[in-house]
Amino acid sequence: MLALLHRDIRLGIRAGGGALVGVLFFLAVVAVVPFGVGPDLNLLARIGPAILWIGALLASLLGLDRLFQADREDGSLDLLILADQRHMLAVTIFVKCAAHWTASVLPLVVASPLLGLFMNMEPVAILATSATLFAGTPAIAFIGAVGAAVAVSLPRGGLLVSVLILPLVIPVLIFGVSAAHGAANDPQPFLPPFLILCALTLFFAVIGPFSAALALRSSSD
Amino acid sequence: MRLMATGLSGERAGEHVFGPLDFSISAGEALVVTGENGSGKSTLLRVVAGLLAPSAGSVSLEGAGDETIASSAHYLGHQNAMKTALTVEENLRFWRDFEGEPHLEIDEALEMVGLPDIGHLPFGYLSTGQKRRASIARLLVSYRPVWLLDEPTAGLDARSERQFAGLMRAHLEDGGLIMAATHVPLGIGGAREMVMGGVNA
Repeated sequence: MLALLHRDIRLGIRAGGGALVGVLFFLAVVAVVPFGVGPDLNLLARIGPAILWIGALLASLLGLDRLFQADREDGSLDLLILADQRHMLAVTIFVKCAAHWTASVLPLVVASPLLGLFMNMEPVAILATSATLFAGTPAIAFIGAVGAAVAVSLPRGGLLVSVLILPLVIPVLIFGVSAAHGAANDPQPFLPPFLILCALTLFFAVIGPFSAALALRSSSD
Repeated sequence: MRLMATGLSGERAGEHVFGPLDFSISAGEALVVTGENGSGKSTLLRVVAGLLAPSAGSVSLEGAGDETIASSAHYLGHQNAMKTALTVEENLRFWRDFEGEPHLEIDEALEMVGLPDIGHLPFGYLSTGQKRRASIARLLVSYRPVWLLDEPTAGLDARSERQFAGLMRAHLEDGGLIMAATHVPLGIGGAREMVMGGVNA
């Protein structure tokens, strides 16, 4: 299992620089917002967490469709499915999601404080947004695995994956943004939405790999 | 150990492809599946491996305890299951760790397939035949009694084919089982042959 984690992280970093593409996309999304909204610093600070979350969400959808497709094209997926008795397929998928998150989503979380400065956010809001991204983005990877597994046999399933999983990631977005707001604006609470966000991640960490395993098994032909 | 199939039929997208077939392979035996293109050789191998559900009949491994065919077989399909961005050695090391039951060292396995000095090269740099040989080395780095081979010699030159025949003979002498789908004679003496019929046979 550790071998799979190593291989996938190495591939994510080495092949095509998926991590860098995601960060650049994130940067592009966040950097154009101030130009579009105009030089209203208060407004920027207020919408900052939401913009960071939307940017990170879209950037983390970028490489998701390749999660299983690359393995299917070179035949590795067959062997991963056949190894079910040694390494339960759901666990294999969990590890693949973890590797995907480490290689292409974690850099977004790391870059988010810098982009928070672009949005004129206060330090505490920046910290809160990074924390919510750290806790919430794994859920996107786990939900994304289901979409990627469903669309694995389609040659151009990228957009389909995004459309399929978007309704499911909206709760993650809502609680992530409201927790980040809560940290900066006093009357609103931080902890309750943050804990629900963590619960969502844990919930999808279980449901996602199992449903993805089901989808992958029935799609093999 | 015995691989038994009874009344095995397969289909693809609801279309009948082959069967019903009855065959059995005992330890130390090889079964070579031949037939025209589209006669269902690959589908048969995928059904036996457990990647596709049979439309009728069953296939099972007797005398292997809790092991299923999937867990005691190496499946070598049309694709090589190697990442082009990683080196040959990294690829083999991954499969050796992931599949478990380590058998040969990676250098030894590469030497057995005649690629002793290329472990450090990215897999994508290799020629078609070298890629195939590297993926044959995967069969050697972790041990499985059953080998399910789909066109194993595609892209190999005559010398590598002979080398591979030697590897298969050694596997059979160790008490392994081989089921191979192929167009060309594999050069393993005493292998039984099963001819798959036409599309609707």
